[in-house]
Amino acid sequence: MPVSLCDGLQTNCRRKTVSQHIIEFVSDAGEGAQTAGQCLGTISAKMGNGIWTVEIIPAEVEPPRRSRAGASGNRVRIGSGRITNAGDQADLVIAFNEQVLYSRFDVGAIREGTLILLDDKWAESDDEHIRNEFHDAVEDFKSRKADLRFIPIEAETKKIIRDPRHGKNIWALGLVCALYDRDLSLAEIEIAKKFAKKSQEIVDTNLRLLHAGYDWALANTDIRFSIPAEPSDVPKIVVNGNIALALGIMSAGIEVCSMYPITPATSISHYLAEAFPKMGCIVHQSEDEISAIGFAIGASFAGKTPVTITSGPGLALKNEFLALAVMAELPIVVIVVQRGGPSTGLPTRVEQGDLLSALYAQPGDAPKIVLAPSTHEECFHFVITARKLAETFRTPVILLSDANLATGQQPIPRPTPRASWFEPPIDLSDWDETVPPFAWDPETGLSQRPIPGQKNGHYVVTGLAHDTYGHVAYESSINENAMRARSRKLATLQHALKPPVVHGDPNGGDLLVVGWGSPRGAIEEAVDTLRAQNINVSSVTLKFLSPFEPGLKELFAKYKRVLCIEINYSDPPSFGDARRYSQLCTILRAHTLCDIDCWSHVPGIPLTPNDIEQAILDHLAHA
Amino acid sequence: MTNITDWTLEPRMREFELGDYIGAAPRWCPSCGNHTVLKCLQKLCKDLNLPPEKTVVVSGIGCSSRLPHHMGTYGFHSLHGRALPVACGIRARRPDLSIFVVTGDGDCCAIGAGHWLHALRYNMKMTVLLLDNNIYGLTKKQTSPTTPAHTRTNTHPNGAPLDPVNPIATAISMTNASFVAQCVDWLPEHLYNTLLRAQSHPGLSFIRIRQRCPHFMKGHLDAFINDTDKLQLLTDPNGVATGSLTQTYKTVSHDPTDIALATKISRQTDPIPLGLIYLNESAVRYDEFTQKGIITSEEEKLSAIEAELDKFAIT
Repeated sequence: MPVSLCDGLQTNCRRKTVSQHIIEFVSDAGEGAQTAGQCLGTISAKMGNGIWTVEIIPAEVEPPRRSRAGASGNRVRIGSGRITNAGDQADLVIAFNEQVLYSRFDVGAIREGTLILLDDKWAESDDEHIRNEFHDAVEDFKSRKADLRFIPIEAETKKIIRDPRHGKNIWALGLVCALYDRDLSLAEIEIAKKFAKKSQEIVDTNLRLLHAGYDWALANTDIRFSIPAEPSDVPKIVVNGNIALALGIMSAGIEVCSMYPITPATSISHYLAEAFPKMGCIVHQSEDEISAIGFAIGASFAGKTPVTITSGPGLALKNEFLALAVMAELPIVVIVVQRGGPSTGLPTRVEQGDLLSALYAQPGDAPKIVLAPSTHEECFHFVITARKLAETFRTPVILLSDANLATGQQPIPRPTPRASWFEPPIDLSDWDETVPPFAWDPETGLSQRPIPGQKNGHYVVTGLAHDTYGHVAYESSINENAMRARSRKLATLQHALKPPVVHGDPNGGDLLVVGWGSPRGAIEEAVDTLRAQNINVSSVTLKFLSPFEPGLKELFAKYKRVLCIEINYSDPPSFGDARRYSQLCTILRAHTLCDIDCWSHVPGIPLTPNDIEQAILDHLAHA
Repeated sequence: MTNITDWTLEPRMREFELGDYIGAAPRWCPSCGNHTVLKCLQKLCKDLNLPPEKTVVVSGIGCSSRLPHHMGTYGFHSLHGRALPVACGIRARRPDLSIFVVTGDGDCCAIGAGHWLHALRYNMKMTVLLLDNNIYGLTKKQTSPTTPAHTRTNTHPNGAPLDPVNPIATAISMTNASFVAQCVDWLPEHLYNTLLRAQSHPGLSFIRIRQRCPHFMKGHLDAFINDTDKLQLLTDPNGVATGSLTQTYKTVSHDPTDIALATKISRQTDPIPLGLIYLNESAVRYDEFTQKGIITSEEEKLSAIEAELDKFAIT
């Protein structure tokens, strides 16, 4: 099989201009394809392109090599304009071996004509089994009509570094930089940053690898693309959703982040653990999920609104304390980065399966505020909002993010933090002793809380039913009154919210798609595509899930049909009375009494615009 | 040894009375050991003139955990087994508060056992009182981790099958535990002295109080109450003041900083060793970590965030 993609020097190849491309790096775990993808994303963002990245993460730290389940890497979608989601199938895949490449076929990431650059060193392996595997796979790939080409990734890397496992990624990055006309000086900066904590020697080696890959590609391939960037007039930062949340935590003036390690939330604390002390703040790693929220609630009682971060299984453990925070009216922010469930489920994969548990899994009726960011920008700003809401409404606020937002990188306008976003210093002035600690306003349910240190304010927090003084009380009327006050706070908040903004036609149409959280980008892209084909569809993304934004019933009434699209399980309509609806759909049906349908799936990967378009078309066809 | 006599000639700005520390009237059974603990704690607060607004009593769930309601201070009656995480969170950014934790044998040694061990290791400044009556009282006579084997309970009608947990030995064995003491509810003077000694300890002081439960464990400690030879007062210049009790009870000199000796004594259940069993004043305190940077100005914070944003800047 030929190694080069075409003969001779290819410096005169013409570049094909594309408005967007999806590029994937895929390798064994530990070979650094994720690093290559992240660098490509950052370089492209710095060049002014829109990007969205998705990590391809194996469940194990060191899975077996050359295995489908062990595939590790990154998908980078690069566009001329803003990119809001991971897109459909890949345009170009660089694979370090054929088995990890299989994993991309398995998830439907490769279409006919996807350009695949595969290392062919395995064809010459000493191991007959590997040779056979490679041969069989190549035949299979060809039958699937991928545009398969072979490149000597390992052989070329070995010319520079003894252990190619620590060099193939950057060589491949260099190659892609050549294919896509990326600015090499920016790539050099990224490499220097990436390896800054290691030695200068390692930085230098990687720079040589970068240039080697770049030069090889120009000399040996005829693949040339360019993705022109639209210049931006606002300063930007490139972050993944978890970093955006962490920066939001810092900008909200939160001083305590209490956590227990859980995928995919933990990287928030990794970053915070480095950055937070510079602001005089702390990350507390507790002995378990329960203690993490207990510690946060203690800090809250003592006057500091904290954050605790977790994922679905951790949320399950936190529920008893969450109900205490509702009952005791202690402000905390709980960030839940959702993953696949139930139980341990799909730890590194995306799902939106924790909506109902966030709303209802606590003992008894525990009304609280639930928000869902749908973009990286919202990941940042919603933490600041959440902290303020928690204090104003004296309640826990849950922020539902997910694995898709968590690991995907995106450029967002650089925020300008200001002191007014911060938590005010603890007020330890004397408490007016005529005001009880739960002086619920009959209209709003709101009350002010005393902080330890405030003279005359002393009271006892209890999870037991209590009167306005915090005294344990079992009388019916007191219980009814207290429950009403806690619930009334949500109604009060709803009165202060605006109806959600429709993407498309706010005046009505054939179909309104309702979503929440990370699928927003893919939904809106699908809606735009269909609207361009004169299909009368619009979409709306709900930011508040408890309480809902106002006016939903009136909004839904303007459309012939309403369809929830989300990443959690639902039965198909053929199940009739036994049908279980998707989670948002379930509560929207109850809330609005509208006959809302749903299309939801649990593929463990983000919903693609193509799939959503098809679902919308199918839905309209069956109307 | 701690001496509470205040020799400073400055007049106190505020002088508190016992009544300042009294909250709602307790509803424990008459002659329950909890009453003693409550009185000792209130007296301690008064003698140390602790401002009630700067004092927080945290508890879990159980008979003993009702105690915060009966204090005139700030209180946090939390969840079953979870008093210690809450107390650690309160301490995290508040060096100015006096924190007491009240927990029971089920609360601490069963449902909250994980938090108990880790709180000992965190060693944040607070006083933890284990009110150990060897039974679940509030839920009506179930076997607790410290219920003696063969005790008939509602969950083990033919007798508890396992030997009880030894909270003292367990506490001492935890890495970074720094103050482990034992008391009995029928010697309030000694309990008071132990509480007092704990106040000058820099980290977490863990005090187990052997308690009677007149309702569900009638007479279970009578042998120790009726026979003075069954109690042993530990004495040491670093330990708990014994006062007039030495006239009634045997004393044993014990250096609490000797971990080998402490471990040996911790295993002794009859006679009951009373006083400071283990002490390590140089144990690392986690609150020194959590309280770093409490005073950071808004300007410093804003410039730190800007510097972080710079790291992700692309234009």
